Amino acid sequence: MAHIRLPEGLQGIRAAMAFRPETAKPLNDLVEVLLHAPNSLTPGERELIATYVSSQNDCYFCQTVHGAIAAAHLDGDEDLVRCVKTDFLNAGISEKLKALLGIAGKVQKGGKLVTSADVEAARKGGATDVEIHDTVLIAAAFCMYNRYVDGLDTWQPHDEELYRQRGKKTAKEGYVTMSKEYLPQQEHTTQGA
Amino acid sequence: MPHIALPDELPGISSAFAFRPETAAPMRELAHVLLHEPNSLSGGERELIATYVSSLNECFFCQTSHGAAAACHLGSSETVKQVRTDFEHAPISEKLKRLLVIAGQVQSSGKNVTPSAVRAAREQGATDMEIHDTVLIAAAFCMYNRYVDGLATMQPRDESMYAQMGSHLARNGYRTPSVLQAPGVVLTPDAP
Repeated sequence: MAHIRLPEGLQGIRAAMAFRPETAKPLNDLVEVLLHAPNSLTPGERELIATYVSSQNDCYFCQTVHGAIAAAHLDGDEDLVRCVKTDFLNAGISEKLKALLGIAGKVQKGGKLVTSADVEAARKGGATDVEIHDTVLIAAAFCMYNRYVDGLDTWQPHDEELYRQRGKKTAKEGYVTMSKEYLPQQEHTTQGA
Repeated sequence: MPHIALPDELPGISSAFAFRPETAAPMRELAHVLLHEPNSLSGGERELIATYVSSLNECFFCQTSHGAAAACHLGSSETVKQVRTDFEHAPISEKLKRLLVIAGQVQSSGKNVTPSAVRAAREQGATDMEIHDTVLIAAAFCMYNRYVDGLATMQPRDESMYAQMGSHLARNGYRTPSVLQAPGVVLTPDAP
């Protein structure tokens, strides 16, 4: 049972967001920019970073739903997602993404652990400053989302198919659009009286 | 030196915000709702939670600027210092002490929050909303701290700059920049 009385029937972060729509809005806006908005890193690459950090933080809900979104972006390749979580150095991904995952792993443990050599390695793989910035911020942000989801002890049903379907939809529509499924909608002024 | 080419006249998170305004907007808004909007927890109490978590994460910029904001709200920098080092003996409410315990658990991992810590906070009068906000403030500062240190931003040791930032944050919140230029920085014309 969750630590506080969250709306029933909503999984993971959805319950927390529905409980507090005022903070849900910037939380959704941030993840939309980081993972869904146009970027020189593909959505699949960015979702893999989010999935990897969530798996390092051992957050079941986040690693499963973002793993499903990543797979949806990567032609359904769930094996690749699994490989990135367990042994990314031997996964079928670019050298650049491997170096960025190295940075993300450092950020997960502590911001101070990122070294100039880590950043240099990413640059050698062709990473730009914005890509390095976004990697650091995606990793940092998932250290927040993961703690939010687990720190409230939200309901996280183990149902792969649920996340697979939601992953496909989120990959297509993005986070802000999806949030309309569970956030209370502002009433239309025309509905008064 | 920062790991990437951040605007060099700005300190800490301000330089990262200026580098990437698209992510700065929701990050500012989140801090504003959590720390500055009306809440049953006072501005001082919420800034103390932010300061405590930042100090556990050893982020100099965040613990000093939010410590200054807390001091401004509370009118005492002594209390802020004590909360960072030994909050159980600080002159703060029992409720806030129990919320700081939860914040410390979140800082190490969300999974470390125990039902007994939540019960103890409730026994001191904490509401579900206050427990929620404590968890999210602690989680959010695990992000802000990693962002500031993960980019190796410039973090001046000049206390007066932080006092100024703190008073801006306590008065105006987080939607607008709290610092326009780091002290001692001479602006040079843009490099070609």
